[in-house]
Order: sequence, then C-alpha cells, then structure tokens
Amino acid sequence: MNQPASAYFIEDRHDPNETHTLAVLVQNEPGVLARVIGLFSGRGYNIESLTVSETEAQKHLSRITIVTTGTPMVIAQIKNQLDRMIPVYQVVDMTQTRRSIERELAMVKVRGQGEHRVEALRLADAFRARVIDATTESFVFEITGNTDKINQYIDLMRPLGLVEVSRTGVAAIGRGPEGM
Amino acid sequence: MSDKSHDPNQMTGAAMIVRALIDHGVTDIFGYPGGAVLPIYDEIFQQSEVQHILVRHEQGAGHAAEGYARSTGKPGVALVTSGPGATNMVTPLTDALMDSIPLVCISGQVPTHLIGNDAFQECDTVGITRPCTKHNWLVRDVNDLAKVLHEAFYVATSGRPGPVLVDVPKDVQFATGTYHPPRKSDVHRSYAPRVKGDATQIRKAVSLLANAKRPVIYSGGGVINSGPEATRLLRELVEVTGFPITSTLMGLGAYPASGKNWLGMLGMHGTYEANMTMHDCDVMLCVGARFDDRITGRVDAFSPSSKKIHIDIDPSSINKNIRVDVPIIGDCGNILGDILQVFKAEAKKPDIKSWWQQIAQWRARNSLYYKKSNDVILPQHAIQSLFELTRGKDTYITTEVGQHQMWAAQFYGFEEPHRWMTSGGLGTMGYGLPAAIGVQVAHPDSLVIDIAGDASVQMTMQEMSTAVQYELPIKIFILNNQYMGMVRQWQQLLHGNRLSHSYSEALPDFVKLAEAYGGVGIQVHKPGDLDGAIQEMISVKRPVLFDCRVAALENCFPMIPSGKAHNEMLLPEQANDEATAKAFAGGKALV
Repeated sequence: MNQPASAYFIEDRHDPNETHTLAVLVQNEPGVLARVIGLFSGRGYNIESLTVSETEAQKHLSRITIVTTGTPMVIAQIKNQLDRMIPVYQVVDMTQTRRSIERELAMVKVRGQGEHRVEALRLADAFRARVIDATTESFVFEITGNTDKINQYIDLMRPLGLVEVSRTGVAAIGRGPEGM
Repeated sequence: MSDKSHDPNQMTGAAMIVRALIDHGVTDIFGYPGGAVLPIYDEIFQQSEVQHILVRHEQGAGHAAEGYARSTGKPGVALVTSGPGATNMVTPLTDALMDSIPLVCISGQVPTHLIGNDAFQECDTVGITRPCTKHNWLVRDVNDLAKVLHEAFYVATSGRPGPVLVDVPKDVQFATGTYHPPRKSDVHRSYAPRVKGDATQIRKAVSLLANAKRPVIYSGGGVINSGPEATRLLRELVEVTGFPITSTLMGLGAYPASGKNWLGMLGMHGTYEANMTMHDCDVMLCVGARFDDRITGRVDAFSPSSKKIHIDIDPSSINKNIRVDVPIIGDCGNILGDILQVFKAEAKKPDIKSWWQQIAQWRARNSLYYKKSNDVILPQHAIQSLFELTRGKDTYITTEVGQHQMWAAQFYGFEEPHRWMTSGGLGTMGYGLPAAIGVQVAHPDSLVIDIAGDASVQMTMQEMSTAVQYELPIKIFILNNQYMGMVRQWQQLLHGNRLSHSYSEALPDFVKLAEAYGGVGIQVHKPGDLDGAIQEMISVKRPVLFDCRVAALENCFPMIPSGKAHNEMLLPEQANDEATAKAFAGGKALV
C-alpha cells in the first residue's frame, strides 16, 4: 500500500464515537457564544445541538448546552478546551454523570385533509403533543421530550403532510437536589 | 455634587491606558500610530515613563514585544491602530499563543457609533483575533477600561501565559472616566488557573521515577515560562536523580547544554541519542512540554514501552496527542519542588548505569556530524564558529524559521533560559529580526544576534530601519544559501527534486542594503575568513547585516523521516541518495 507518509502522522483512530451532552456555565458577556462556537469550528469538533440562554440575570450567567460527538479522547479535549476559556465557569458532562434529564421542544407543522388529518391528531395524542395552531387544512403541534422521541414523532408526521419543523435544541439538567 | 475635576483618578481613556502601563511596570512598548490611536499617542508624547519604539510594520511591533517578553519574563506590549494595524498583528498574536508568550496588544478602534458601519480603517478586531488570543476585549465604556486593562495583564501573565488584546474605540479614548489601580476584583471570577499539583499524583510520579531503569526527562518551554525557580529545580532534579534530559526547541537553556546529563534537543531534527532515549525509555517525565507532532513523530510508535508523567499548567495539554499515565496539572516550578521534596525524603538515586552505557553507544553515532570544507562555509560550521566566538559573552539569540533555525538549535549551546528566542509552534519566518529588536531594547548592553536565513530575513527586513533609529546594535547573521533551504530540502526528499519556487532569485546585496539603512554590512565567502568576520561583527556597535555565504545545497540532518518513529532516524552519514529515497518512499504529505 502506498500510504502517503507525513510528519503529521495521520492516524486512523478506531475508537468509537460517543455522543455527550455538555452543560457550560458562562459569564454572559458579548462574544462569549462566538468564543464557544469558534472553538468547535476551529478545532474541528462537532456540534449536534446547541442551546443557550441567560439563566441567572443578576449574576450575568448563561447556560450553554451542547450535544457533541467524538472519541472519548476528543470529548475530554473538548471539555478541557472549554474549561480553560476565560469566561467559562464550569463544564459538566451531563452524559458522564448519567443522572441527567434531557428535553427538547419542537413545533411541527402538518398539512393535510381527511384521514391524514385525523391520524396526525391521534398520534399527537399518543405523543402528548399539543395543538397550538390550527386551520382547516393544517396543524402546528408542540411537543417536548428527548431527542429520540421528537425524531420519532417527526418521522411519523412525514407521510401525513409534514411541512416544517422548528426545534430548540437540547436542554439538560441533573437529577436530584444538587445543582451543577 | 462633588467636584470631580480635582480627582486624580478622573482622566481620559487614553490617559488611563498610559497610566495602566505604568502601574504594571511597563517601561517599553512597541507600536505604530494611526487615526484610531492618536489620543493614546498624544498621551505618550506628554510623558517620559513609558518609552515607545516606533516600528516599520505592526507585525514587527508584535514580534519585538515577543522578543522583549521571552528575554525578560515580563509581558511585552504592542500598540497598533484599527483596521490594518490590527490585522497586521494577527501573526504575532498567533505566534505568541502557540508559544505561550505573555503579550498585551492595545488596538485602536473606530468610534463606537461607527462600529459595524464599514467605517474607514474599521475591522472586527475582536472577532478576527478571538482565535489567536488567550482572551480579548472590546471596551465600549471608559469606566470599564481600567478594569479591563488590569485583567488583560493578569490573564496574559498568569496560568499558561499568552497574548491578549484590548480594542479601544476612539471615542472611549477621548471620554473621561474613573481610573483605579490594579486590584484583585478586576479579574473574571471564572478564571482561576491551577498552580499547585495534586499530592497523590506527585507521589505516583515519584514512585515511578524512583523505580525507573531507563528514565528520561523531557522538558519544554513551560519550565522557562514558570520562571527562574523552575529552572533551578529542574537542574536540581537532574542532579538528584542522575537522569538524562532532553528538551524541545522551546525549552533550550533550561538545562545547560554543557551539563553532563544533556542529550541535546529531541524531535524531527533532534539528536539520535535524544530520540532513541525517548523511544526506549521506561519512564518519561515530561515537564512543561506538549507532545507536539514535531516531537512525537509517528504517535502510535512514540515511546511504546514507557510510563509517562506529564506536568502541565494547561489541562487541555493532557492526553491531547499522547495518552499519559500520570498527569499532574499545575505550575511546573511548584510541582518540581514537590517532586524533589518527596523524592529526597523517600527515594534514593536509582542505579541506571547500564542505561547510560546504552546512551553512550547512541551518542557515539555522532548524529550531528557534518563534513567541513576548506572551500565553502558549511552552515553548521558557521553556527559553531559563532557559538565559540560568543561563548562566555552576554549573548541572546533569536532566529527566523527554517534550516538555519534547526542548525542554530543543534549547534549553539544554551546555558541559561531566556537566551533563545525562536518561533516554535507557528514557525513564523520573519520573527527573528524584530524579536532581536525587542531583546536589545530590554538588554541594551548585551550582544543580540538574529541567526537568519536569506529568505526569512526579507520578510521583516524593514525593521532594520527601527534598529538604526534607536541605535540598537543587533546582529543579523544570515546563513545565505540562496534558497528557502527547508522548503528545498523537502522538495528534494519528497517531491522528486523539483525545486518549485524555492530558489531565492534576485537576492538583494545585503551589504549595500545594510548601508542603505545606515547599518553595517559584512560579507564572507571563505571558511578562512569566517572567524575574523564574526569578530568584526561582534565588535561593531551598530546594527549589522552579516551575509554569510554558505554551501547552497547542504541539508539538515539528522531527521525523522515522514511518518516514522523516533528509532527510525535518518543520520547524516546514511543520507546518501539511495537511503534518502528509501526512507521517504511514497511520501509526499510531509508538512
């Protein structure tokens, strides 16, 4: 095999990829989100989902929840790289602690008539999705749940006249009485 | 209503900047004026505590500040205007980030009401420099300026040092606000670098060291950054344990090159004994280095049978490239002290006589061998002569990037830290000349030499003008082979000897060029004239361009060929055409 040699030895890493949800507590100041996103793009890490909002206004704290994939070595790097940023207070691997709840909200627009319309409502009921807008030929459903549940629901809506989807991305919090 | 006009802490933003520099002990800054920093320059004009060195290009200001920082251990400061002034700083900022150099850059910005309007000389400076600084700030309110400036100095110099940038719009420079001297609360509560090493990990490390049969210490720039105490402790640890020690390019001088346990530099162009020792060791103590790809070679064949201890102040350096067994996060001076204390109390010097015998055999291969000539100056010979003739003098060396840099690292022996300024991580051609200016400003009476190549030196040649203006007697020692030597070497080794654009055609006459700048030009062709010419260069108390014509086609060995391990080095005596062709067979992706 004529493999190109390199001083940057190109190693095939065979470690399997894992998906992790990271909660990052940051100082809410201009540019902080750009720093976090820039880190991911600059170092070639993946972002599957990103959710950010101020959580403690008086203390100017924001919480960024990132779902990312990578080998265990890469995930550890991501956490360390995030943690050393100046405005980052804390990075918690919600997946590693295995005691966290994840939720996402989606709004799903479905257009159809007759049996499709009835079926969409029936499935919405089964998934505890609420109707938040309706016309004679469409519904907008609101659904919360973990990512899998929402994916499943959207897949079911597809043949029933799925028009568009808006999702918030994942928010995560630890179980039990302790904060992060 | 209180009368604020008599409050000495009421001042303009521009005055705050100068005041903050003074409060942080800054005596010299490097910069270039422009529209968006004129209020600051006006303040500089009206005081004498901070000396401003006018460069000829902002990149020069950045590298000069880096040279100043590396040779003193203090932060370097650069002042540039908005737009092109700031974008010209991107290279030095990135360079300082890669090599962990404390640098504070203050940039002007268009007035706040124009930000985002594509105003004249506007650019998104904080956006552009975000990935090439440790942290940066845009100050929109003059009352935040003092806090941000103090924090900037703290962030640049604490933990793993690095470059920071403070972008100050022109209206903020004009506005009046309240200044306060540095105080603890100026710093983000979220920033608290860890200094003290974990005691359990330190015990584990000592236990590994005490039981080692084939140990090696591999030190890096972190030891130098940590300060003189870390250097002292590293030397003591080598003495107490009797272990062999090698170092990265950035770490040269922490352990003296004349020390008996010194193996020479390791890595791609390191010595055979250093790389073989790394490959065959059973315990590796990495202090303040980061397992860079130029050090490791092929990572899956890197020191396969060793337990690795890694001391680093930056947790993200741990397990980034190489998995280690005992990571210790903290300041290396602090941790070396703890390791020494435990070692001296609980362990005794391991018997590693047979390991040293093995190392002696590798040393005997004489991997830095080159064949001297009576007709033409060999570049290695030139560096050796320079070393011999400056030995014992108060000398600082900077370099550009390429073959001359590697030869300087191989053949110039450094006895003390902070004496060697080179662009390691980023590999910035054009670093050495402005860096030498920074070093000379910090050490006006010392001998400051930029070991340069004919290609690199032309990238920042304009700074000769700065050297002449401030009477900085820097010596630019050009190994002139009329090629971009390292580029040509790789083209020869990997690209079928097709020398695509690596020949320096139309080189300037460096002697005339020196004279045109008001400096001194010296040219030497013959080996017999070399020592005399170097003596002349040293004795001249003005900036010198030394055009040392060297063998054009000499290559830099030993070398770890592409994608190979430490024990597969190509030694100079093996580097005939056939062996070279074989070693590099199939490889073109060498970067």
